[in-house]
Amino acid sequence: MSAHADGAHASPKFYVMIGIILAILTAMEIAAFYIPIASHTLEVSILLVLSAIKFVLVVGYFMHLKFDSNIFSLVFVAGLVLAVFMVSALFVLYQVLPGTTPPQFVGL
Amino acid sequence: MADAAAVAHDDHHYTSTGLNNWKLGFWTFIGSECLFFGTLISTYMAYKGASIVGPYPEKVFDIPLTSISTFVLLMSSLAMVLALDGVQKGSKKKALIWLGTVIVMGAIFLGFQYYEFTHFIHEYHLTLQTNVFGSTFYVLTGFHGAHVTIGVIWMITLFIRVLQGKMPPEKALQVEIAGLYWHFVDIVWIVIFVLIYLIP
Amino acid sequence: MSTESQTTTESFESFESIQRSQVPAESSSHHHEEPTGIWSWITTVDHKRIGIMYFMTSMFFLGIGGLEAMLIRIQLFRPDSDFISAELYNQLFTMHGTTMIFLVAMPLAVAFFNYIVPLQIGARDVAFPRLNALSYWIYLFGGLYLNASWFFGAAPNTSWVGYANLTSTEYSPGLNVDFWVLGLSILGVSSIMGGVNFITTIINLRAPGMKLMRMPLFTWMTFVTSFLLVTALPVIAVALILLAFDRFFATNFFVVASGGDTTMWQHLFWIFGHPEVYILVLPAFGVISDVIPAFSRKPLFGYAVVVYAGVLIGFIGWGVWSHHMFTTGLGPIADSFFVASTMIIAIPTGVKIFNWMATMWGGALKMNTAMTFAVSLVGMFVLGGLSGIMHSSAPVDLQQHDSYFVVAHFHYVIVGGLLLGMFSGLYYWFPKVTGRMPNEALGKLHFWLTFIGFNLTFFPMHFSGMYGMPRRTWTYRAELNVEIYNQLSTVGAFILAISTVVLLYNLWKSARTGEKASHNPWGAPSLEWSIPSPPHHYNFPALPQVRSREPLWHEDERKEIEAITLAEPEVEPEMPNPSFWPIVLAAGVTLTWALVMTGRWWAPVIGLVLTAIPVYCWAFEDPFAKKETAHG
Repeated sequence: MSAHADGAHASPKFYVMIGIILAILTAMEIAAFYIPIASHTLEVSILLVLSAIKFVLVVGYFMHLKFDSNIFSLVFVAGLVLAVFMVSALFVLYQVLPGTTPPQFVGL
Repeated sequence: MADAAAVAHDDHHYTSTGLNNWKLGFWTFIGSECLFFGTLISTYMAYKGASIVGPYPEKVFDIPLTSISTFVLLMSSLAMVLALDGVQKGSKKKALIWLGTVIVMGAIFLGFQYYEFTHFIHEYHLTLQTNVFGSTFYVLTGFHGAHVTIGVIWMITLFIRVLQGKMPPEKALQVEIAGLYWHFVDIVWIVIFVLIYLIP
Repeated sequence: MSTESQTTTESFESFESIQRSQVPAESSSHHHEEPTGIWSWITTVDHKRIGIMYFMTSMFFLGIGGLEAMLIRIQLFRPDSDFISAELYNQLFTMHGTTMIFLVAMPLAVAFFNYIVPLQIGARDVAFPRLNALSYWIYLFGGLYLNASWFFGAAPNTSWVGYANLTSTEYSPGLNVDFWVLGLSILGVSSIMGGVNFITTIINLRAPGMKLMRMPLFTWMTFVTSFLLVTALPVIAVALILLAFDRFFATNFFVVASGGDTTMWQHLFWIFGHPEVYILVLPAFGVISDVIPAFSRKPLFGYAVVVYAGVLIGFIGWGVWSHHMFTTGLGPIADSFFVASTMIIAIPTGVKIFNWMATMWGGALKMNTAMTFAVSLVGMFVLGGLSGIMHSSAPVDLQQHDSYFVVAHFHYVIVGGLLLGMFSGLYYWFPKVTGRMPNEALGKLHFWLTFIGFNLTFFPMHFSGMYGMPRRTWTYRAELNVEIYNQLSTVGAFILAISTVVLLYNLWKSARTGEKASHNPWGAPSLEWSIPSPPHHYNFPALPQVRSREPLWHEDERKEIEAITLAEPEVEPEMPNPSFWPIVLAAGVTLTWALVMTGRWWAPVIGLVLTAIPVYCWAFEDPFAKKETAHG
């Protein structure tokens, strides 16, 4: 475990490169929105995967989690995992993702 | 392991992991914020399609416009890491340029949001009260916007500190923590952009 | 498993030898004079003083919440009673629940977190002393704000769960729910900050050698509880924000006519509400996991398993929330999932019960007040747990839902779990805090009155519930034949009230005239017992080196540690200065929330702008700035 986690981690060039990748991924997201994709599930999956990659890139490199102590990851991921768990559970309970049909409130 | 002399040495910056308290506390807070935005996003998604009267999302969303503001916010994150790099290397000029860029880009994002909100209200008569979509949309994006606003104020504060020459490399952690906040606000938007705007 | 503690058991000193080794507690004459007076308490950032303030305040609210309970019990003593009106009854049971959970149970645990955790891990303070003070003041102001509703004759009246859409402006037009929704939001801020503070403290401020798996169980359970605080509180915060928007800005979140969904409130409330149950009970588990080994003269049986069980409870506790909602009709798949997860969570809880019993097995038990409370928790919590397993089954729950059976269940869990555990901790750590021993005779009297009063109050509720008496109803008909159970409950409640008076008298008397306590009167194993009672404001003159789980039970290690911890330092460690920005900022936060009540969007914005002033003053204040006079 590194004692000094707040030193410089990467060169500006590297950050710019990550920035360019993020820009390209965003462009791909917007493209996925405009290009007609036959399967709704496929389109949603593409969008979710692209945004997940962006998420990981920002957290890992811009927020330095990849270079920093694992303890930072631990306290962040503890919250993140529970959030993902809760969001997924509510998506299931409210049938948010699978179809385009309006959600049928399970409770009603 | 620290020997007895080192242990006895009095230092209020001692930590058992060697990690800075503020940074650790802030990461914990960010973990907590995940639940905050997670809940708001869940509410929006669960209520999707539940509105009884219009206007509905597909009618009001202006994807090209939001794409631009999304792009601006994303690039402000890049400016943020470069600002931190500047402070860490003791380059006042770089720090000011990039912090300034963050502030301007954050302000642009907020400007877009202000335009979006007023446009929705005047053009489509979509207010907080109109329907469930209006309620969930404004509260979710509004709370995100409030976070961006706080971030911009924070960045302006740091900008002034750098300008005053009170931000030497030893204090770079202050910028780093502000950066963590800024990036977090950015990743929340990454999720919002896809789930709320792009997924039909 | 815990090979470390088992292999070293033989090397433990006998209790007598530890006691013999103790120098009489002689307070040194050249000891730093702590500042006194009201201003020093208002501006304090010392975790010990903040802990004491948390304790005093939670006792104050315990009095209020208890009084509310007594009025409820008097009303229910006879059928068809009109001692109090139905409306007042609604306010009383709502405020009783809200007060006891948010203003008594949680802060009482936080009082112990504050005072004990830094001492147990060998730290001089928490990671963020000023933030700690801020948490306290927000708690105090939030609690007072909530209770100010009584003076408007508009105390919250929609029960502590505040189900939508009873809380809508349509069905609750008064100020009642406004006070509730805003008051709870204020308190949530305090809890999240506290959670962040203790997670950072426990990860970062452990003394050298205090590995995670050497930490006392109380610190471990504080750690788990803090994670639950920072993750569960944001969810209720959002739910309260949605409700506040519905009420103040006419949004549609819980307005069915506009497509809003009242079930969403239930989900969000219980996603928070069930982890909350573990927020309440895990600290008590932590307390008795320290008390039972100390008075059994044996290390905790299966230390690692108890730790993991606690972590597992915290985690699974996130996946059981809908068992509060079986009657909502979520469908068979969702119900089955939540039935299964609820039954699973009984396993780690059961593991803990068996570990406590195995710790006592063959131990040299010393049944003083602290230990008696701890042991009674084991039994009483099992009763609450068993009735919990009963209604973890959805079809059974459909029968018991909203009946007094449920009231019996959760009072066994909360009073039988949390409160007994906190009393145990109170008697256990009393000598550390006050420097004097608690009176054992009064302590035992308090215990028996509590034990009898508690069981007499809540056990009959199982029956009145089974016979069909509904919760949250201001009276009942004589034909229901539950009068006798209600009368028993009311008598029990009076005994509980008397027991509280005995407790307060004992605390007051023992703190003034109790026998002087040495630094380790119980011969307990953890670090807080290595420093003088009461501790110096800096806790540890220098940080001790820890080499085992029970550092004070190994003679060489104990001597080594005490040589450091009992020494008088030549130069006192530098501690952060007092600050009055926490109380100002807390006032600003409370004001901002209170201004929401005006229903004008710009009013809270003014509050926010005003709040920004102390934020900046705080940020630019150097906690270690040298004062003009020499430090100390």
